Amino acid sequence: MKVDPAQVETVARELYIRALKLLPPDVKQGFDALARRESDPGAQRVLGTMIRNIQVAEQTDNLLCQDTGIPIYNVAIGRNVDIDGHALKQAIRSGCERATREHPFRSSVVHPVTRANEHSSCGRGVPVIALDFSDAEETLEIEMIPKGSGSENNSFLRMAIPAEGVDAIKRFVIDCVLEAGGKTCPPTIVGVGVGGTADLCVHLAKVAATRPLGSQCDDAEGAKLETELTRAVNLLGVGPQGLGGDATAFAVHVETAATHITMNPVAVNMQCHSARRARATFRPGGIEYGY
Amino acid sequence: MAHHEFTTPVTEAQVRALQVNDTVTLQGTLYGIRDATQIHLFDRGRTTRFDLRGHAVIHTAPNVKPVAKTPANPAGYAPLCIGTTTSDRMERFTHPLMQQCGVRLIIGKGGLREASLTAFGELGGAYLAIVGGTAALETTWVEAIEDVDLDDLNPESLWKFRVRGFGPLLVAMDSHGASLYSEVKRHAQARRAEALASLGVKA
Repeated sequence: MKVDPAQVETVARELYIRALKLLPPDVKQGFDALARRESDPGAQRVLGTMIRNIQVAEQTDNLLCQDTGIPIYNVAIGRNVDIDGHALKQAIRSGCERATREHPFRSSVVHPVTRANEHSSCGRGVPVIALDFSDAEETLEIEMIPKGSGSENNSFLRMAIPAEGVDAIKRFVIDCVLEAGGKTCPPTIVGVGVGGTADLCVHLAKVAATRPLGSQCDDAEGAKLETELTRAVNLLGVGPQGLGGDATAFAVHVETAATHITMNPVAVNMQCHSARRARATFRPGGIEYGY
Repeated sequence: MAHHEFTTPVTEAQVRALQVNDTVTLQGTLYGIRDATQIHLFDRGRTTRFDLRGHAVIHTAPNVKPVAKTPANPAGYAPLCIGTTTSDRMERFTHPLMQQCGVRLIIGKGGLREASLTAFGELGGAYLAIVGGTAALETTWVEAIEDVDLDDLNPESLWKFRVRGFGPLLVAMDSHGASLYSEVKRHAQARRAEALASLGVKA
């Protein structure tokens, strides 16, 4: 399958806009599940407002949240896909910039020192483009995530040591959720990276935070931690918006990687309740949009 | 748990009557302000031509569309999506915002800290919580962008919105020393041991 970079540019543009406007079905179901279980009347009202906002965004063709985030594009290139890798990256960048200028919407991206905003959602190293390969035949997948800053500002890494064991991981997650309080726009998806190097650990936390609700870590040990930690963080009573209630997190997601004999790293990255994501799949028959 | 309908600007007495868990709906003028706006106002000595005395500000940086200036869009900007950002980063600006500019109400999400609570008590102010991440809904409460100042900081300009039925907003910090955020934080800390015990971990 040959992929034309011009098509990638169009798709990258469309994906950013779709992600900002349409919440994935798994997140909508997540809201329904939290609302059914919530015992605090104030928290019920907050969840109700969030659910209403999803409907208003669809009815008015508007953005769910004003934070257009830092744009992230995750690309998975399957087998027998013919694409110029450099052109692919350029096309994604152009599509991201076009979405911002042509829709238009707020560019939330600035230079880290001068704070200058190019009003393109682009800058040095942004959009973040993560390239990977998959075994899917003649398939190219692009996932777009506008990562909001309220939750991203609550990112944490701890280089624990082996003698602290898995208890250090669990304690760290609980303390990060307490520290974040209402600042992350809860209910959140708490992403936890366990193992790897420092940078891989943080990356795993991001992968975990942006995974669809209902998905499970494919490492049995990670999946076990997910179940235990989801229950535990929801005992804290932080609640939606940090105003109290049962619904602190939709879920805790965990991703793991092997680590060094001397290391026990743990990272936390949070996803706010506006858990936005959009996906396009290129196949020989055409391009399909989804979540 | 009273409900208050306010048309801005408001008086000190109106704000001092607010108690946590009350609700407020605003009509009239609402100013939008953010990190860069306040860094420039309070750290870099810039000034605004707007009179903020008795007014409400919201922690925001909106999505706007440049358009021709018309009576409907007098500032040359159409509002597209106006939401609210995390207030905590702007904690140190609460006091100057109230003392130097005379602001009475701060609208945000996630809450402010002790120094802001003290300022609300000393100077007569309150924090009104909006539901963060619900900008599509919030935008339906904004009638127009009436004016803009410090627009070189766009999107973190100082925005003047005209709003109708902006709320209900929850009084989450009042001028009597009460903060729902501190209360929730205290309860959550008290439950830390229980959460850790459920994981088989010592507190």
